Amino acid sequence: MIAFILRRLLQSVMVMLTVALVAFALFRFVGDPVASMVGQETTLAERAEIREALGLNDPFPVQFVKFIARAVQGDFGISYRLQQPVMELILSRLPATLELALVSGVLAFAFGVGFGVYTALRRGNWLSGTIMTVSLIGVSLPTFLIGVLLIWVFAVELQWLPSFGRGEVVQVGNWWRTGLLTESGRASLILPAITLGLYQMTLIMRLVRAEMLEVLRTDYIKFARARGLSNRAVHFGHALKNTLVPVITITGLQMGSIIAFSIITETVFQWPGVGALFINSVRFVDVPVMAAYLMLIALVFVVINLIVDLLYYAVDPRLRVDRANARS
Amino acid sequence: MKMTPILRRARAGLLAGVAATALVVSGSVAMAETIRWARVTDALTMDPHSQNEGPTHTLNHHIYETLVGRDDDGTLTPRLATQWGISEEDETVWVFTIRDGVKFHDGSDMTVEDVVFSLDRARTPPSGMAALHAAVEEVTAVDESTVHVRMAGPAPLYVQNLTNTFIMSKAWAEANGVEAAPNFAAGEEAYSVRNTNGTGPYRLVERDPEVRTVLQVFEDHWDDAPAVTEIIYTPISEAATRVAALLSGEVDIVQDVPVQDIARLEQTDGIRVVRGPENRNIFFSYDMSSETLASSDAATNPFAEPLVREAMALALDRNAIRQVVMRGESQPSAAPLPPFVNGWTEEMDAFGDPDLARARELMEEAGFADGFSVRLDCPNDRYLNDESICQALVGMMAQIGIRVDLNAQTRSLHFPLIENWETDFYLLGWGVPTFDSQYVFDFLVHTREGSYGSFNGSRYSNPELDAKIEALATMTDLEERDALIAEIWAEVMDERIFLNVHNQVLAYAMRDSISLDVHPENQPRMTTVSFD
Repeated sequence: MIAFILRRLLQSVMVMLTVALVAFALFRFVGDPVASMVGQETTLAERAEIREALGLNDPFPVQFVKFIARAVQGDFGISYRLQQPVMELILSRLPATLELALVSGVLAFAFGVGFGVYTALRRGNWLSGTIMTVSLIGVSLPTFLIGVLLIWVFAVELQWLPSFGRGEVVQVGNWWRTGLLTESGRASLILPAITLGLYQMTLIMRLVRAEMLEVLRTDYIKFARARGLSNRAVHFGHALKNTLVPVITITGLQMGSIIAFSIITETVFQWPGVGALFINSVRFVDVPVMAAYLMLIALVFVVINLIVDLLYYAVDPRLRVDRANARS
Repeated sequence: MKMTPILRRARAGLLAGVAATALVVSGSVAMAETIRWARVTDALTMDPHSQNEGPTHTLNHHIYETLVGRDDDGTLTPRLATQWGISEEDETVWVFTIRDGVKFHDGSDMTVEDVVFSLDRARTPPSGMAALHAAVEEVTAVDESTVHVRMAGPAPLYVQNLTNTFIMSKAWAEANGVEAAPNFAAGEEAYSVRNTNGTGPYRLVERDPEVRTVLQVFEDHWDDAPAVTEIIYTPISEAATRVAALLSGEVDIVQDVPVQDIARLEQTDGIRVVRGPENRNIFFSYDMSSETLASSDAATNPFAEPLVREAMALALDRNAIRQVVMRGESQPSAAPLPPFVNGWTEEMDAFGDPDLARARELMEEAGFADGFSVRLDCPNDRYLNDESICQALVGMMAQIGIRVDLNAQTRSLHFPLIENWETDFYLLGWGVPTFDSQYVFDFLVHTREGSYGSFNGSRYSNPELDAKIEALATMTDLEERDALIAEIWAEVMDERIFLNVHNQVLAYAMRDSISLDVHPENQPRMTTVSFD
């Protein structure tokens, strides 16, 4: 068990290092940060000096090793753009992204399962047809367009919900600022959460529907019906329960994607999360923030996968047996 | 959801209409008015000298003050200095009379020591303002209300460089360890990045970078109280969202209105759009000095041939770019400087209709009857519709046989090409913050050496012209100086160093109960807002 965990941890570290390396290699193509850091009057000699001071002239391996050496101590340097420590900047923006991801994940799961069950049970009726069609449109329209459409309808035309920002926030503890405790904060969350969760919702809905249809054809459902159980007990007690295992796995894994892909939603709604921070940093070639963000996203995926792996190991005895056999 | 009222007005009592209007204009009515102001980007820092960047200065102008201000028409106005001029005894010394009775937000009095400290801080690297003060030798306080700035030589236009150099408190800076401007490479955040202590009309109450900044009126400000008492500043980077926020009543003023939305907003009830020329010209330039071009199939450098440059000017249809690309929102012009800059003349700005037949003749005469290929480098996120302007040019140049291969990319990749002379043909926009032609010559025309010619991507080098440009810096007889400027422009226009397209136009959109004029440097002051 310990050897397995160590092996997985080592692999995770290798993944993180690879991400760092790839990210660093890409930064060479995003342009010159100094051009956006100084005014147009700055002489070429002064620009060269700043470049030297920032270590941008160092050979690639030197820059990379310096970055890793500082990153393992949690020091990602200072943002070229906002002149604040990168770690502090990311930590201050992370709650916004996590709250958005969590709410849209929950929405996607609840509605996805609900619609999935409904469309599986009521195949062919007009409402199912409508849900399926709308979900197809939702999944094929780009996030950007969905966001703009929602803003147009609910913020500009109906004026029910705010078009941008996070509303009033409340400080909870040292690092967390939440928008969930204020009315304007909750209102601001609705449109971005729908925009971000729509794709996941469709995915879950289709998965639940397919699984349900599959399960409803199985023998034990027929037996359950033969036993005279109510429809409700058959559908929810037996059928749905058995479809949820893959659904929960997928939903868990999708949480990582929701965090990573919140970039577009955050930009459209001016949501002050890490995704918007990243996009603004790319525009400005703010290398320290870009590097830290990519490492953070890699970390999220690595941690989720690690947990899933460990859970499998705990749940599935065959994994242990295989390994024991392999060793002998 | 509770929508905040657009403008919270607390009128003390009923005033006669005429009197009310008069008082609002003079800005002395005690009303609580909040302005919610949105633009595309946030200020980068609150430090007054760290960054020489537009949005940063715009916000800081509300918190900090400069010695001299810039009016909407471009003229200088007294601010913390009540008078300024060149010393009668020594033409290398600028004399500033400092305003009396000015208080910082922390309650302390502003003194000449603070002015000396601030000018020294601004001119010392890593301050982003240092380049504007490169000619300063020494700043001294002579008495309690006079500051002398001694220059390396006569500098008749130095005062023009002071419109964005803010005055801060020496004691406050020392107490918080920010005696020098923050250093990018230092690796730690300076106190002044998110905290302020200025003399300006507003105090910083809340600062959440890129999210929300709240300013409140400073009661002890020396000038008349402004109509706006609270400013809520929110950057909204997405154009569609920015416009939607104005339409839904969540913001009152949108500073960066997308060109394609101007016409629609003008037709919307309750919304007013104001326009004005921006201090920024958009032009093409080319390598006219190298033997050959890296990106061209021509055996020699076609841009070195004056006839080719003339043919290109004849093929450029500025009015078509205005109509089609800019939707009417630009001022086509031939000279690469805005009309309010010293040295501009109507004559140099004029251009004729495109003449393709004549242009093709000139190409043939120059030995390029079959045309040539060249790469055009263009930014796609820096100026209004920059990439579309370049695309339009590709079509126009094709008419005279120039096969242009467009390379449009982000600003951080584009500008180093000009800096490193890696482009043969490029688009550039240029503003003139000093409102004087010398600024254009220094950076774009003078041979690249030292602090000169850093944006001279044409590799143009003319020692005679260089000498004239250098002379401008120290000429104190303004008439003589203007004559020399005209002489230099004649040569520059004759050589066709620039293929100018247009002057950018700024548009601000706001609720129609608000009046705010367009500021030529795109630095609107909420103190100038009035309510109908």
